[in-house]
Amino acid sequence: MPDSPLVTAAAIAVIVLAVAVVVGVGLKVVRSFRELGTDAERATYQTLHAASSAGQHLRTGLHAAGAAKASKQLRSLLGCDALAITDTESVLAWDGSAEELKAVLMGLAAGVLSDARTVVVSASRELNAVIAPIRAGNRVVGAVAAFAPQAGAGLVRATSELADWVAVQVELAELDASRTLLIEAEVRALRAQISPHFIYNSLNAIASFINTDPARARELVVEFADFTRYSFRRHGDFTTLAEELRSIDRYLLLEKARFGDRVQVSLRIAPEVLSTVIPFLSLQPLVENAVRHGLEAKEGPGHITICANDSGAFAEVTIEDDGVGIDPEHLRSVLAGHADGDHVGLRNVDARLRQVYGDEHGLVIETAPGEGTLITMRVPKSQPSHDA
Amino acid sequence: MNPAVGLAAFLGVALATAAIGFYGLRISRTTGDFYVASRTVRPWWNASAIGGEYLSAASFLGVAGLILLTGTDALWFPVGYTAGYLMLLLFVAAPLRRSGAYTIPDFTEARLQSKAVRRVTSLVVVAVGWLYIVPQLHGAGLTIRISTGLPSWVGSIAVIVVVCLTVVAGGMRSITFVQAFQYWLKLTALAVPVVFLLMHQADAGMPALADASSNPTGLPAAGLYQTVSLLVALLFGTLGLPHVLVRFYTNPDGQSARRTTLIVLGLLSVFYLFPTASGLLGRVFAPELARNGQPDALVLLLPGKLLGGVPGDLLSALVVAGAFAAFLSTTSGLVVSLAGVISQDLLGGSVRGFRVAALLAAVVPLSFSFTTDSTALAGSVGLVFAFTASTICPVLLLGIWWRGLSDTGAIAGMLTGAVLCGGALVASTFMGSSVAPGWLAQPAAWTVPAAFGVMILVSRATKHRIPGTVTRLMTRLHVPERPLASERPLATKRQLR
Repeated sequence: MPDSPLVTAAAIAVIVLAVAVVVGVGLKVVRSFRELGTDAERATYQTLHAASSAGQHLRTGLHAAGAAKASKQLRSLLGCDALAITDTESVLAWDGSAEELKAVLMGLAAGVLSDARTVVVSASRELNAVIAPIRAGNRVVGAVAAFAPQAGAGLVRATSELADWVAVQVELAELDASRTLLIEAEVRALRAQISPHFIYNSLNAIASFINTDPARARELVVEFADFTRYSFRRHGDFTTLAEELRSIDRYLLLEKARFGDRVQVSLRIAPEVLSTVIPFLSLQPLVENAVRHGLEAKEGPGHITICANDSGAFAEVTIEDDGVGIDPEHLRSVLAGHADGDHVGLRNVDARLRQVYGDEHGLVIETAPGEGTLITMRVPKSQPSHDA
Repeated sequence: MNPAVGLAAFLGVALATAAIGFYGLRISRTTGDFYVASRTVRPWWNASAIGGEYLSAASFLGVAGLILLTGTDALWFPVGYTAGYLMLLLFVAAPLRRSGAYTIPDFTEARLQSKAVRRVTSLVVVAVGWLYIVPQLHGAGLTIRISTGLPSWVGSIAVIVVVCLTVVAGGMRSITFVQAFQYWLKLTALAVPVVFLLMHQADAGMPALADASSNPTGLPAAGLYQTVSLLVALLFGTLGLPHVLVRFYTNPDGQSARRTTLIVLGLLSVFYLFPTASGLLGRVFAPELARNGQPDALVLLLPGKLLGGVPGDLLSALVVAGAFAAFLSTTSGLVVSLAGVISQDLLGGSVRGFRVAALLAAVVPLSFSFTTDSTALAGSVGLVFAFTASTICPVLLLGIWWRGLSDTGAIAGMLTGAVLCGGALVASTFMGSSVAPGWLAQPAAWTVPAAFGVMILVSRATKHRIPGTVTRLMTRLHVPERPLASERPLATKRQLR
């Protein structure tokens, strides 16, 4: 059923839309030409634009790929015939004519690289070269060479300024690199460790069973061995929820050896999220916190509930205890890193979660003195870049 | 049919779904049975869940309707719907599970290291999901009209309301069990009436069922091109269905993803026996339904027509319950996976964002369903498969099996497939099904190769854009992984005892 009025209407709508788009784009182009400003403003703009786009290419340091792109813009700034960027060993990029001089450039630049001073040399019959060192900190990391028929004072000054500007970009790149290293080191340092108290207490608890219940003592030693093997493993910053839960089970078994029936734990795990990838030892400290600070200080039995839920594209893990709770103000200062002592395990996990998944994935802690504590952790199920 | 019976069946299914969804996980366990508490979903359960999610209105109502209309030609639909899982088993299930990506946009972004590819994939996935929900709502409208006499829109809205309430209230916590329950409910709801009817007819002296290839309706038979094109659509379309692929994430590893797929193949094969049998019964006992334009209602009307009285009412109630299980399970599966994609790409992935996205994912197709008309259900779902096969399938297959795929190639291929296939479908809808030429009405046979071709050619031309991470990711996709902690035997303990 060809619905002719509808088709006509649709066709008209499409034409009107097309005309509107063409007119809109045209107006924009015309206006941008009109608003370009005076010659001086335009020159300033072009210089800054060339510098900023060259700067972007140099932000990863002196590499062939970035230098090749940057040299195009930099040559337009100097207005010379050819421009080259070298590091201390080889020519990284060449833009412009006379590429046959590439072979001799490192020879010409040797003096510049060793005593860090700008020189003017004649590179061939027609071309002179201004070679300026790139000084990052107090080292020479490379050189900028500009080739022109006449190398006047203007070109010399401009070239050494340019080399200094490149040096700033290289220093920024080094800063970036060290910041990345710092973050990695921080994550490594934050990787949770088992508390020495726990090891001491567990061994004591096991010792008390050796005479009264040797079978149980033997079983506990095996659990302890397995627990430490997992917790002390060196490889990998990530694990699966299933793996972490198994370690928590061993941990709780050891704690129960100490506390007996005072610790009661129930689990509610959605099987869908068991294979979710989480940071290594990110749950165990939360459970340890619940046992240590929630129940230990309390009289009578305490109850811990561990839940893992499927929540859309996320897995949600909650750990709840009915212990003494935490003073919110104190907790806030611990999480902000202002106070030490209790609950540093929480801060550690919180910081790592934020580091890995972003600020919106930090721990959510609901607590009040005497009211117990509920800790919620939310991680994306999809983490193709993390190997468990 | 007695209206009260239909309403009771619908309410029963809705309540059972919500109850399992909310309370399926309420069983708390102590650490004593830790290994029971942290047991992963068995392949059997997950396969039932995939079957539950996959068997939609098209399978439950549409297949029988098409067999009533066109006879044996319609058998290609169940064959294609099932055989698609063979492709999934061979090419996609295990590597996709190993990728660690939860949705198709996640996968393409990780594989091609490009935000732009992610955005295009998300758009396509949302389009596919919306298009797939619309026939479910048409099916719901039809069922409510036939079973209670209420207007069609009541059915569509009822399904959307139930789905939104359960998803938004967090009722899909134990989604695997809900969907697995729906599969067995659907199977029972089709199998029991068919077996009863066959037994009843055998007692009453059955007229010959044999000559199924005869064509009582006088409609033209489909040509070879149509059949090939349909099979291409169904085989490749299954590979890209967002709600089915999400389910594989429930499997703990690639190996169990494969085993699950194998079981799904078996479950689907068993299921499709019964719509086929219903269709054949319909050819003999209710050929008038084909003429008055209600072939899709065949499954619903057959028990009342052949048995009547209280047994007929009870069987009808069972069928209505099964039909609503089909609409609810497919729609909620789609809404959950669409909400995941929408909330991540548009709303920042918060809990609130997920709820808003779930509403968005459900309400948009509802408005589509009001403005469009219900045609043959199996056919319109087949068209969604054609669209999926021309867009998502190439990027998945090439992404998993070809190192040379580049982000530009992936985008170009997906857009080509979307424009060609979408254009053909819109054009043939405008022209009307009787006027449109076959190549326009069943476009998959040429749009799928076109999408693959463009994707490969553009990728070859943009070799420099192949990401440097490709080797690492390919290794991850294809090398078997360690089993999960809760699956490994406790070696040390066993030695001790």
